[in-house]
Amino acid sequence: MDLNNIQKYLLKEIADLSGAPSGAYNIRSDSQSIARQSTENVDIIPKENGSGIDIFVKPGTKGESVHIPVVMTKSGLKETVYNDFYIGEGADVEIVAGCGIDNCGAHDSQHDGVHRFFVQKNARVKYVEKHYGSGSGKGKRILNPVTEVYMDEDSYVEMEMVQIKGVDDTTRTTTADLKEGAKLVVRERLMTHEEQKAASVYTVNLNGDNSNADIVSRGVARDNSYQKLDLKIVGNAACKGHTECDSIIMDNGKILAVPALEANNVDASLVHEAAIGKIAGEQLIKLMTLGLSESEAEEQIINGFLS
Amino acid sequence: MLKIQDLSFGVNSDDGQKEILRNINLEIPDGKLIVITGPNGGGKSTLAKLIAGIEKPSSGRIVFDDNDITDMNVTERARLGIGFAFQQPVRFKGLKVIDLIRLAAGKKLTVVEACTYLSAVGLCAREYIDREVNSSLSGGELKRIEIATVLARKTKLTIFDEPEAGIDLWSFSNLIEVFQQQREEMKDRSIMIISHQERILNIADEIIVLNSGRVDNKGDREAVLPGLIGTSSAVQTCRGIKKGADC
Repeated sequence: MDLNNIQKYLLKEIADLSGAPSGAYNIRSDSQSIARQSTENVDIIPKENGSGIDIFVKPGTKGESVHIPVVMTKSGLKETVYNDFYIGEGADVEIVAGCGIDNCGAHDSQHDGVHRFFVQKNARVKYVEKHYGSGSGKGKRILNPVTEVYMDEDSYVEMEMVQIKGVDDTTRTTTADLKEGAKLVVRERLMTHEEQKAASVYTVNLNGDNSNADIVSRGVARDNSYQKLDLKIVGNAACKGHTECDSIIMDNGKILAVPALEANNVDASLVHEAAIGKIAGEQLIKLMTLGLSESEAEEQIINGFLS
Repeated sequence: MLKIQDLSFGVNSDDGQKEILRNINLEIPDGKLIVITGPNGGGKSTLAKLIAGIEKPSSGRIVFDDNDITDMNVTERARLGIGFAFQQPVRFKGLKVIDLIRLAAGKKLTVVEACTYLSAVGLCAREYIDREVNSSLSGGELKRIEIATVLARKTKLTIFDEPEAGIDLWSFSNLIEVFQQQREEMKDRSIMIISHQERILNIADEIIVLNSGRVDNKGDREAVLPGLIGTSSAVQTCRGIKKGADC
Protein backbone atom coordinates (compact mmCIF):
# COMPACT_ATOMS: atom_id res chain seq x y z
CA MET A 1 0.00 0.00 0.00
CA ASP A 2 1.67 3.22 -1.21
CA LEU A 3 0.64 6.30 0.72
CA ASN A 4 1.75 9.89 0.34
CA ASN A 5 2.63 11.97 3.38
CA ILE A 6 -0.82 13.59 3.67
CA GLN A 7 -2.56 10.22 3.50
CA LYS A 8 -0.21 8.86 6.15
CA TYR A 9 -0.80 11.87 8.38
CA LEU A 10 -4.58 11.65 8.12
CA LEU A 11 -4.61 7.88 8.76
CA LYS A 12 -2.52 8.42 11.86
CA GLU A 13 -4.91 11.10 13.12
CA ILE A 14 -8.16 9.24 12.57
CA ALA A 15 -7.24 5.60 13.09
CA ASP A 16 -3.79 5.66 14.71
CA LEU A 17 -2.50 3.68 11.74
CA SER A 18 0.99 3.91 10.30
CA GLY A 19 0.44 1.20 7.71
CA ALA A 20 -1.96 -1.59 6.92
CA PRO A 21 -3.67 -2.78 10.10
CA SER A 22 -3.95 -6.38 11.16
CA GLY A 23 -7.32 -8.03 10.68
CA ALA A 24 -9.89 -6.99 8.11
CA TYR A 25 -9.71 -3.56 6.54
CA ASN A 26 -10.78 -1.31 3.73
CA ILE A 27 -8.89 1.92 3.23
CA ARG A 28 -10.59 4.48 1.04
CA SER A 29 -8.76 7.47 -0.37
CA ASP A 30 -10.20 10.12 -2.67
CA SER A 31 -13.30 8.05 -3.52
CA GLN A 32 -11.45 4.79 -4.24
CA SER A 33 -10.58 1.75 -2.19
CA ILE A 34 -6.78 1.65 -2.13
CA ALA A 35 -6.40 -1.42 0.07
CA ARG A 36 -8.76 -4.12 1.24
CA GLN A 37 -8.41 -7.34 3.16
CA SER A 38 -10.98 -9.84 4.40
CA THR A 39 -10.26 -12.52 6.94
CA GLU A 40 -11.68 -15.96 7.61
CA ASN A 41 -14.35 -14.48 9.84
CA VAL A 42 -14.82 -11.00 8.40
CA ASP A 43 -15.82 -10.50 4.78
CA ILE A 44 -15.62 -7.06 3.21
CA ILE A 45 -17.52 -6.98 -0.07
CA PRO A 46 -17.95 -3.91 -2.28
CA LYS A 47 -21.52 -3.03 -3.15
CA GLU A 48 -22.41 -3.77 -6.75
CA ASN A 49 -23.16 -0.16 -7.57
CA GLY A 50 -19.83 0.93 -6.09
CA SER A 51 -21.45 3.12 -3.48
CA GLY A 52 -19.80 1.48 -0.48
CA ILE A 53 -19.07 -1.84 1.20
CA ASP A 54 -20.86 -4.58 3.10
CA ILE A 55 -19.06 -6.03 6.09
CA PHE A 56 -20.11 -9.47 7.28
CA VAL A 57 -18.85 -10.69 10.64
CA LYS A 58 -19.49 -14.42 11.13
CA PRO A 59 -21.43 -15.53 14.20
CA GLY A 60 -19.20 -16.29 17.15
CA THR A 61 -16.21 -14.30 15.87
CA LYS A 62 -14.18 -13.15 18.86
CA GLY A 63 -11.54 -10.48 19.33
CA GLU A 64 -11.20 -9.38 15.70
CA SER A 65 -10.91 -5.82 14.45
CA VAL A 66 -12.18 -4.13 11.31
CA HIS A 67 -10.61 -0.88 10.09
CA ILE A 68 -12.44 1.17 7.45
CA PRO A 69 -10.82 4.64 7.45
CA VAL A 70 -11.49 7.23 4.76
CA VAL A 71 -9.12 10.00 3.72
CA MET A 72 -9.69 12.82 1.25
CA THR A 73 -6.83 14.91 -0.05
CA LYS A 74 -8.25 16.47 -3.23
CA SER A 75 -10.11 19.75 -2.95
CA GLY A 76 -13.66 19.77 -4.29
CA LEU A 77 -14.45 16.06 -3.85
CA LYS A 78 -17.98 15.25 -2.70
CA GLU A 79 -19.17 11.74 -1.98
CA THR A 80 -21.82 9.76 -0.13
CA VAL A 81 -20.72 6.29 0.94
CA TYR A 82 -22.99 3.52 2.23
CA ASN A 83 -21.41 0.94 4.51
CA ASP A 84 -23.48 -1.83 6.07
CA PHE A 85 -22.25 -3.96 8.95
CA TYR A 86 -23.81 -7.36 9.62
CA ILE A 87 -22.63 -8.60 13.00
CA GLY A 88 -23.39 -12.28 13.52
CA GLU A 89 -24.88 -13.77 16.66
CA GLY A 90 -22.51 -13.86 19.61
CA ALA A 91 -19.66 -12.11 17.76
CA ASP A 92 -17.37 -9.65 19.60
CA VAL A 93 -15.53 -7.17 17.36
CA GLU A 94 -13.97 -3.75 17.27
CA ILE A 95 -14.66 -1.50 14.32
CA VAL A 96 -12.48 1.54 13.69
CA ALA A 97 -13.91 3.99 11.17
CA GLY A 98 -13.22 7.71 10.78
CA CYS A 99 -12.60 10.26 8.10
CA GLY A 100 -9.83 12.76 7.61
CA ILE A 101 -10.07 15.55 5.03
CA ASP A 102 -7.15 17.68 3.96
CA ASN A 103 -8.32 20.56 1.83
CA CYS A 104 -5.74 23.00 0.55
CA GLY A 105 -7.89 24.23 -2.31
CA ALA A 106 -10.70 26.71 -2.83
CA HIS A 107 -13.52 24.17 -3.25
CA ASP A 108 -15.46 22.42 -0.52
CA SER A 109 -14.65 18.77 0.20
CA GLN A 110 -17.45 16.65 1.58
CA HIS A 111 -17.78 13.09 2.81
CA ASP A 112 -21.14 11.79 3.95
CA GLY A 113 -20.82 8.32 5.39
CA VAL A 114 -24.00 6.36 5.97
CA HIS A 115 -23.30 3.45 8.31
CA ARG A 116 -25.91 0.85 9.17
CA PHE A 117 -25.30 -1.73 11.87
CA PHE A 118 -27.36 -4.91 12.09
CA VAL A 119 -26.30 -6.46 15.36
CA GLN A 120 -27.63 -9.94 16.04
CA LYS A 121 -28.43 -11.56 19.39
CA ASN A 122 -25.71 -11.48 22.07
CA ALA A 123 -23.20 -9.79 19.75
CA ARG A 124 -20.87 -7.07 21.06
CA VAL A 125 -19.45 -4.21 19.01
CA LYS A 126 -17.05 -1.46 19.92
CA TYR A 127 -17.19 1.23 17.28
CA VAL A 128 -14.66 4.09 17.15
CA GLU A 129 -15.17 6.96 14.73
CA LYS A 130 -12.84 9.94 14.56
CA HIS A 131 -13.28 12.91 12.29
CA TYR A 132 -10.52 15.34 11.50
CA GLY A 133 -9.81 18.15 9.07
CA SER A 134 -6.65 19.94 8.00
CA GLY A 135 -5.34 22.13 5.19
CA SER A 136 -5.12 25.85 4.67
CA GLY A 137 -7.41 26.24 1.65
CA LYS A 138 -10.57 28.33 1.65
CA GLY A 139 -12.65 25.28 0.70
CA LYS A 140 -14.62 23.85 3.59
CA ARG A 141 -14.16 20.40 5.09
CA ILE A 142 -17.64 18.95 5.49
CA LEU A 143 -18.66 15.66 7.10
CA ASN A 144 -22.23 14.50 7.56
CA PRO A 145 -22.21 11.03 9.10
CA VAL A 146 -25.45 9.09 9.40
CA THR A 147 -25.36 6.13 11.75
CA GLU A 148 -28.20 3.67 12.11
CA VAL A 149 -28.01 0.91 14.69
CA TYR A 150 -30.41 -2.03 14.83
CA MET A 151 -29.82 -4.13 17.91
CA ASP A 152 -31.27 -7.58 18.52
CA GLU A 153 -31.87 -9.19 21.92
CA ASP A 154 -29.10 -8.87 24.50
CA SER A 155 -26.64 -7.27 22.08
CA TYR A 156 -24.22 -4.57 23.21
CA VAL A 157 -22.83 -1.64 21.21
CA GLU A 158 -20.37 0.91 22.49
CA MET A 159 -19.68 3.91 20.26
CA GLU A 160 -16.88 6.42 20.65
CA MET A 161 -17.55 9.36 18.34
CA VAL A 162 -14.85 12.01 18.23
CA GLN A 163 -14.45 15.22 16.28
CA ILE A 164 -11.64 17.27 17.71
CA LYS A 165 -10.34 19.60 15.04
CA GLY A 166 -10.66 21.07 11.60
CA VAL A 167 -14.16 20.07 10.47
CA ASP A 168 -15.96 23.19 9.22
CA ASP A 169 -19.45 21.87 8.96
CA THR A 170 -21.02 18.70 10.25
CA THR A 171 -24.43 17.26 10.88
CA ARG A 172 -24.16 14.01 12.77
CA THR A 173 -27.32 11.94 12.77
CA THR A 174 -27.51 8.80 14.84
CA THR A 175 -30.55 6.57 15.32
CA ALA A 176 -30.82 3.31 17.23
CA ASP A 177 -33.54 0.72 17.77
CA LEU A 178 -33.00 -1.63 20.69
CA LYS A 179 -34.75 -4.91 21.33
CA GLU A 180 -35.10 -6.73 24.65
CA GLY A 181 -32.00 -6.66 26.85
CA ALA A 182 -29.90 -4.68 24.35
CA LYS A 183 -27.55 -1.98 25.61
CA LEU A 184 -26.14 1.03 23.76
CA VAL A 185 -23.38 3.21 25.20
CA VAL A 186 -22.28 6.36 23.34
CA ARG A 187 -19.42 8.66 24.25
CA GLU A 188 -19.26 11.65 21.94
CA ARG A 189 -16.55 14.33 22.00
CA LEU A 190 -16.94 17.44 19.89
CA MET A 191 -14.71 20.46 19.61
CA THR A 192 -15.47 23.30 17.24
CA HIS A 193 -13.35 26.38 16.63
CA GLU A 194 -13.12 29.41 14.35
CA GLU A 195 -16.36 29.68 12.33
CA GLN A 196 -17.26 25.96 12.46
CA LYS A 197 -20.75 24.58 12.86
CA ALA A 198 -21.67 21.20 14.31
CA ALA A 199 -25.04 19.60 14.90
CA SER A 200 -25.38 16.24 16.57
CA VAL A 201 -28.78 14.57 16.61
CA TYR A 202 -29.53 11.31 18.39
CA THR A 203 -32.79 9.39 18.45
CA VAL A 204 -32.65 6.20 20.45
CA ASN A 205 -35.73 3.99 20.61
CA LEU A 206 -35.80 1.59 23.54
CA ASN A 207 -38.32 -0.91 22.23
CA GLY A 208 -37.61 -4.02 24.31
CA ASP A 209 -37.92 -4.69 28.02
CA ASN A 210 -34.63 -4.26 29.91
CA SER A 211 -33.09 -2.35 27.04
CA ASN A 212 -30.69 0.36 28.12
CA ALA A 213 -29.05 3.43 26.58
CA ASP A 214 -26.41 5.73 28.03
CA ILE A 215 -25.57 8.66 25.75
CA VAL A 216 -22.98 11.19 26.90
CA SER A 217 -21.91 14.08 24.70
CA ARG A 218 -19.15 16.46 25.74
CA GLY A 219 -18.50 19.54 23.66
CA VAL A 220 -16.23 22.57 23.57
CA ALA A 221 -17.21 25.55 21.38
CA ARG A 222 -14.38 28.06 20.88
CA ASP A 223 -13.93 31.24 18.83
CA ASN A 224 -17.13 31.95 16.84
CA SER A 225 -18.22 28.33 16.46
CA TYR A 226 -21.69 26.90 17.00
CA GLN A 227 -22.90 23.56 18.30
CA LYS A 228 -26.36 22.10 18.49
CA LEU A 229 -26.80 18.95 20.54
CA ASP A 230 -30.14 17.24 20.16
CA LEU A 231 -30.34 14.04 22.18
CA LYS A 232 -33.59 12.15 22.35
CA ILE A 233 -34.44 8.85 24.00
CA VAL A 234 -37.80 7.22 23.48
CA GLY A 235 -38.84 4.62 26.04
CA ASN A 236 -41.37 2.19 24.55
CA ALA A 237 -40.88 -0.61 27.11
CA ALA A 238 -39.64 -1.29 30.65
CA CYS A 239 -36.27 0.27 29.91
CA LYS A 240 -33.62 2.63 31.22
CA GLY A 241 -32.21 5.60 29.37
CA HIS A 242 -29.77 8.34 30.26
CA THR A 243 -28.54 11.27 28.20
CA GLU A 244 -26.01 13.88 29.20
CA CYS A 245 -24.90 16.99 27.30
CA ASP A 246 -22.00 18.65 28.99
CA SER A 247 -20.44 21.64 27.27
CA ILE A 248 -17.74 24.23 27.75
CA ILE A 249 -18.29 27.51 26.00
CA MET A 250 -15.41 29.88 25.19
CA ASP A 251 -14.79 33.18 23.39
CA ASN A 252 -17.86 33.92 21.24
CA GLY A 253 -18.94 30.29 20.93
CA LYS A 254 -22.62 29.37 20.99
CA ILE A 255 -24.19 26.11 22.11
CA LEU A 256 -27.77 24.92 21.97
CA ALA A 257 -28.53 21.77 23.97
CA VAL A 258 -31.91 20.15 23.36
CA PRO A 259 -32.20 17.02 25.45
CA ALA A 260 -35.51 15.23 25.03
CA LEU A 261 -37.15 12.25 26.69
CA GLU A 262 -40.30 10.50 25.59
CA ALA A 263 -41.82 7.76 27.74
CA ASN A 264 -44.53 5.62 26.17
CA ASN A 265 -44.49 2.92 28.82
CA VAL A 266 -45.16 3.33 32.54
CA ASP A 267 -42.05 1.27 33.36
CA ALA A 268 -39.69 3.38 31.27
CA SER A 269 -37.12 5.17 33.42
CA LEU A 270 -35.45 8.03 31.57
CA VAL A 271 -33.05 10.73 32.77
CA HIS A 272 -31.39 13.62 31.05
CA GLU A 273 -28.74 16.06 32.22
CA ALA A 274 -27.49 19.12 30.40
CA ALA A 275 -24.97 21.73 31.45
CA ILE A 276 -23.25 24.55 29.57
CA GLY A 277 -20.71 26.87 31.12
CA LYS A 278 -17.33 28.47 30.72
CA ILE A 279 -14.21 27.04 32.37
CA ALA A 280 -14.50 27.75 36.08
CA GLY A 281 -12.08 30.43 37.27
CA GLU A 282 -11.13 28.32 40.27
CA GLN A 283 -10.04 25.48 37.97
CA LEU A 284 -7.70 27.86 36.13
CA ILE A 285 -6.33 29.24 39.40
CA LYS A 286 -5.71 25.75 40.80
CA LEU A 287 -3.61 24.79 37.78
CA MET A 288 -1.85 28.16 37.84
CA THR A 289 -0.80 27.49 41.44
CA LEU A 290 0.91 24.39 40.01
CA GLY A 291 2.98 26.65 37.74
CA LEU A 292 0.93 26.53 34.52
CA SER A 293 0.20 29.73 32.61
CA GLU A 294 -3.45 30.62 32.10
CA SER A 295 -3.45 29.33 28.51
CA GLU A 296 -1.63 26.13 29.50
CA ALA A 297 -4.21 25.60 32.25
CA GLU A 298 -7.02 26.13 29.76
CA GLU A 299 -5.57 23.54 27.37
CA GLN A 300 -5.17 20.97 30.15
CA ILE A 301 -8.75 21.46 31.29
CA ILE A 302 -10.11 21.09 27.73
CA ASN A 303 -7.89 18.11 26.92
CA GLY A 304 -9.06 16.39 30.08
CA PHE A 305 -12.69 17.23 29.42
CA LEU A 306 -12.51 15.79 25.92
CA SER A 307 -10.34 12.79 26.79
CA MET B 1 12.39 33.77 53.45
CA LEU B 2 9.04 35.47 52.95
CA LYS B 3 8.61 39.06 54.10
CA ILE B 4 5.22 40.71 54.36
CA GLN B 5 5.43 44.46 54.68
CA ASP B 6 2.52 46.74 55.69
CA LEU B 7 0.09 44.51 53.83
CA SER B 8 -3.56 45.58 53.74
CA PHE B 9 -6.55 44.20 51.90
CA GLY B 10 -10.06 45.60 51.67
CA VAL B 11 -13.27 44.83 49.87
CA ASN B 12 -16.25 46.92 48.89
CA SER B 13 -19.34 46.11 50.92
CA ASP B 14 -22.78 47.65 51.40
CA ASP B 15 -21.34 49.64 54.30
CA GLY B 16 -18.51 51.03 52.18
CA GLN B 17 -14.91 49.82 52.18
CA LYS B 18 -14.33 46.94 54.60
CA GLU B 19 -10.77 46.16 55.67
CA ILE B 20 -10.03 42.43 55.94
CA LEU B 21 -6.30 42.82 56.70
CA ARG B 22 -4.63 45.91 58.13
CA ASN B 23 -0.92 46.67 58.00
CA ILE B 24 0.35 43.13 58.39
CA ASN B 25 4.09 42.76 58.95
CA LEU B 26 5.52 39.25 59.12
CA GLU B 27 8.64 37.25 58.33
CA ILE B 28 8.46 33.56 57.50
CA PRO B 29 12.01 32.21 57.83
CA ASP B 30 13.32 29.19 55.92
CA GLY B 31 13.24 25.79 57.56
CA LYS B 32 10.28 26.56 59.82
CA LEU B 33 6.77 25.25 60.18
CA ILE B 34 4.52 28.21 60.86
CA VAL B 35 0.88 27.91 61.88
CA ILE B 36 -1.45 30.85 61.47
CA THR B 37 -4.47 30.73 63.74
CA GLY B 38 -7.12 33.05 65.06
CA PRO B 39 -10.89 33.36 65.20
CA ASN B 40 -13.02 32.81 62.10
CA GLY B 41 -13.13 35.90 59.92
CA GLY B 42 -9.78 37.10 61.22
CA GLY B 43 -8.22 37.19 57.73
CA LYS B 44 -6.17 33.96 57.76
CA SER B 45 -7.29 32.57 54.40
CA THR B 46 -7.13 36.01 52.83
CA LEU B 47 -3.50 36.31 53.87
CA ALA B 48 -2.76 32.91 52.31
CA LYS B 49 -4.44 33.94 49.06
CA LEU B 50 -2.51 37.22 48.98
CA ILE B 51 0.77 35.32 49.30
CA ALA B 52 -0.19 32.91 46.49
CA GLY B 53 -1.33 35.81 44.27
CA ILE B 54 -4.98 34.76 44.13
CA GLU B 55 -5.96 38.10 45.67
CA LYS B 56 -4.23 41.46 45.19
CA PRO B 57 -3.46 43.65 48.21
CA SER B 58 -4.76 47.21 48.58
CA SER B 59 -1.33 48.26 49.75
CA GLY B 60 1.93 46.85 51.06
CA ARG B 61 4.60 44.56 49.62
CA ILE B 62 5.36 40.85 49.59
CA VAL B 63 9.00 39.82 49.16
CA PHE B 64 10.00 36.21 48.58
CA ASP B 65 13.69 35.31 48.62
CA ASP B 66 14.61 38.94 47.84
CA ASN B 67 12.16 39.08 44.90
CA ASP B 68 9.36 41.60 45.22
CA ILE B 69 6.45 39.41 44.12
CA THR B 70 3.65 41.90 44.90
CA ASP B 71 2.84 42.50 41.25
CA MET B 72 3.45 38.95 40.06
CA ASN B 73 0.57 36.71 39.01
CA VAL B 74 -0.27 33.27 40.42
CA THR B 75 1.80 31.39 37.81
CA GLU B 76 4.91 33.51 38.33
CA ARG B 77 4.76 33.03 42.08
CA ALA B 78 4.21 29.28 41.68
CA ARG B 79 7.25 29.06 39.42
CA LEU B 80 9.33 30.91 42.02
CA GLY B 81 8.47 28.18 44.51
CA ILE B 82 5.21 29.00 46.28
CA GLY B 83 2.78 26.10 46.68
CA PHE B 84 -0.83 26.40 47.78
CA ALA B 85 -3.27 23.74 48.99
CA PHE B 86 -6.85 24.96 48.73
CA GLN B 87 -9.27 24.78 51.62
CA GLN B 88 -11.97 23.68 49.18
CA PRO B 89 -10.26 21.77 46.38
CA VAL B 90 -11.48 22.08 42.83
CA ARG B 91 -13.02 19.25 40.79
CA PHE B 92 -12.15 18.63 37.13
CA LYS B 93 -14.19 16.53 34.72
CA GLY B 94 -11.89 14.32 32.72
CA LEU B 95 -8.61 15.12 34.50
CA LYS B 96 -7.33 12.09 36.38
CA VAL B 97 -5.52 12.04 39.71
CA ILE B 98 -2.30 11.02 37.98
CA ASP B 99 -2.65 13.94 35.52
CA LEU B 100 -2.87 16.42 38.40
CA ILE B 101 0.09 14.91 40.24
CA ARG B 102 2.18 14.96 37.04
CA LEU B 103 1.24 18.59 36.36
CA ALA B 104 2.18 19.43 39.94
CA ALA B 105 5.53 17.66 39.72
CA GLY B 106 6.20 19.39 36.40
CA LYS B 107 7.59 16.22 34.86
CA LYS B 108 6.55 12.83 33.58
CA LEU B 109 6.38 10.83 36.79
CA THR B 110 6.05 7.08 36.63
CA VAL B 111 2.88 5.63 38.12
CA VAL B 112 4.96 4.24 40.99
CA GLU B 113 6.43 7.68 41.74
CA ALA B 114 2.99 9.31 41.59
CA CYS B 115 1.60 6.66 43.90
CA THR B 116 4.08 7.54 46.65
CA TYR B 117 2.37 10.92 47.05
CA LEU B 118 -1.06 9.31 47.36
CA SER B 119 0.21 6.77 49.84
CA ALA B 120 1.69 9.63 51.87
CA VAL B 121 -1.79 11.05 52.42
CA GLY B 122 -3.25 7.67 53.30
CA LEU B 123 -4.96 6.82 50.01
CA CYS B 124 -4.65 3.37 48.50
CA ALA B 125 -2.76 4.55 45.45
CA ARG B 126 -3.79 1.96 42.90
CA GLU B 127 -7.47 2.61 43.58
CA TYR B 128 -7.16 6.33 43.03
CA ILE B 129 -4.42 6.96 40.50
CA ASP B 130 -6.70 6.57 37.45
CA ARG B 131 -9.80 8.11 38.97
CA GLU B 132 -11.17 11.33 37.59
CA VAL B 133 -10.96 14.32 39.91
CA ASN B 134 -14.72 14.77 39.63
CA SER B 135 -17.81 14.60 41.79
CA SER B 136 -17.41 10.84 42.29
CA LEU B 137 -14.76 11.68 44.91
CA SER B 138 -15.85 12.56 48.44
CA GLY B 139 -14.77 15.82 50.02
CA GLY B 140 -12.23 13.99 52.19
CA GLU B 141 -10.75 12.08 49.25
CA LEU B 142 -10.50 15.28 47.25
CA LYS B 143 -8.79 17.05 50.12
CA ARG B 144 -6.16 14.36 50.45
CA ILE B 145 -5.54 14.38 46.69
CA GLU B 146 -5.14 18.16 46.91
CA ILE B 147 -2.47 17.73 49.58
CA ALA B 148 -0.76 15.01 47.51
CA THR B 149 -0.50 17.36 44.51
CA VAL B 150 1.07 20.04 46.66
CA LEU B 151 3.55 17.57 48.15
CA ALA B 152 4.53 16.54 44.60
CA ARG B 153 5.58 20.12 43.85
CA LYS B 154 8.30 20.18 46.53
CA THR B 155 8.06 23.96 46.75
CA LYS B 156 10.23 26.32 48.76
CA LEU B 157 7.20 27.67 50.62
CA THR B 158 4.06 25.57 50.89
CA ILE B 159 0.82 27.05 52.20
CA PHE B 160 -1.96 24.77 53.44
CA ASP B 161 -5.29 26.51 53.96
CA GLU B 162 -7.18 24.59 56.65
CA PRO B 163 -5.88 21.18 55.55
CA GLU B 164 -8.01 19.40 58.14
CA ALA B 165 -11.32 20.81 56.86
CA GLY B 166 -13.59 18.03 55.58
CA ILE B 167 -11.41 15.05 56.49
CA ASP B 168 -12.06 12.32 59.03
CA LEU B 169 -10.18 11.71 62.24
CA TRP B 170 -8.02 8.88 60.90
CA SER B 171 -6.93 11.00 57.96
CA PHE B 172 -6.27 13.89 60.31
CA SER B 173 -3.76 11.81 62.31
CA ASN B 174 -2.19 10.80 59.02
CA LEU B 175 -1.99 14.43 58.01
CA ILE B 176 -0.10 15.37 61.16
CA GLU B 177 2.43 12.66 60.30
CA VAL B 178 2.75 14.08 56.76
CA PHE B 179 3.54 17.53 58.14
CA GLN B 180 6.02 16.15 60.65
CA GLN B 181 7.77 14.17 57.95
CA GLN B 182 7.86 17.23 55.72
CA ARG B 183 9.47 19.22 58.50
CA GLU B 184 12.15 16.61 59.01
CA GLU B 185 12.96 16.59 55.30
CA MET B 186 13.00 20.34 54.77
CA LYS B 187 16.05 22.43 55.44
CA ASP B 188 15.75 25.52 53.30
CA ARG B 189 12.01 25.08 52.74
CA SER B 190 9.16 26.27 54.93
CA ILE B 191 5.54 25.35 55.54
CA MET B 192 2.73 27.70 56.46
CA ILE B 193 -0.48 26.10 57.73
CA ILE B 194 -3.71 27.97 58.31
CA SER B 195 -5.43 26.09 61.11
CA HIS B 196 -6.89 26.41 64.56
CA GLN B 197 -6.54 22.73 65.40
CA GLU B 198 -4.60 22.25 68.61
CA ARG B 199 -2.81 19.15 67.26
CA ILE B 200 -1.48 21.17 64.33
CA LEU B 201 -0.50 24.05 66.61
CA ASN B 202 1.39 21.47 68.68
CA ILE B 203 3.81 20.73 65.83
CA ALA B 204 4.44 24.39 64.93
CA ASP B 205 7.82 26.04 65.30
CA GLU B 206 6.14 29.41 65.39
CA ILE B 207 2.54 30.54 65.76
CA ILE B 208 0.97 33.71 64.39
CA VAL B 209 -2.44 34.80 65.70
CA LEU B 210 -4.57 36.90 63.34
CA ASN B 211 -7.60 38.63 64.81
CA SER B 212 -9.83 41.18 63.11
CA GLY B 213 -7.30 41.64 60.32
CA ARG B 214 -4.35 42.37 62.60
CA VAL B 215 -1.47 40.35 64.03
CA ASP B 216 -2.61 39.77 67.60
CA ASN B 217 0.37 37.73 68.69
CA LYS B 218 3.33 35.89 67.20
CA GLY B 219 6.30 33.96 68.45
CA ASP B 220 7.65 30.51 69.28
CA ARG B 221 5.06 27.84 69.96
CA GLU B 222 6.12 27.50 73.58
CA ALA B 223 5.45 31.18 74.15
CA VAL B 224 2.20 31.58 72.21
CA LEU B 225 0.30 28.29 72.51
CA PRO B 226 -0.44 28.27 76.26
CA GLY B 227 -2.40 31.48 75.89
CA LEU B 228 -4.55 29.99 73.12
CA ILE B 229 -5.65 26.76 74.84
CA GLY B 230 -9.38 26.79 75.43
CA THR B 231 -10.03 29.58 72.92
CA SER B 232 -11.38 29.34 69.38
CA SER B 233 -7.79 29.71 68.15
CA ALA B 234 -6.82 26.25 69.46
CA VAL B 235 -9.68 23.83 68.91
CA GLN B 236 -9.34 20.26 70.15
CA THR B 237 -9.42 17.51 67.58
CA CYS B 238 -12.95 16.27 68.18
CA ARG B 239 -14.38 19.70 67.49
CA GLY B 240 -14.35 20.72 63.88
CA ILE B 241 -13.13 17.37 62.51
CA LYS B 242 -15.62 14.85 61.13
CA LYS B 243 -16.08 12.34 63.91
CA GLY B 244 -14.62 8.91 63.28
CA ALA B 245 -15.44 5.69 65.13
CA ASP B 246 -12.77 6.25 67.75
CA CYS B 247 -13.66 9.84 68.52
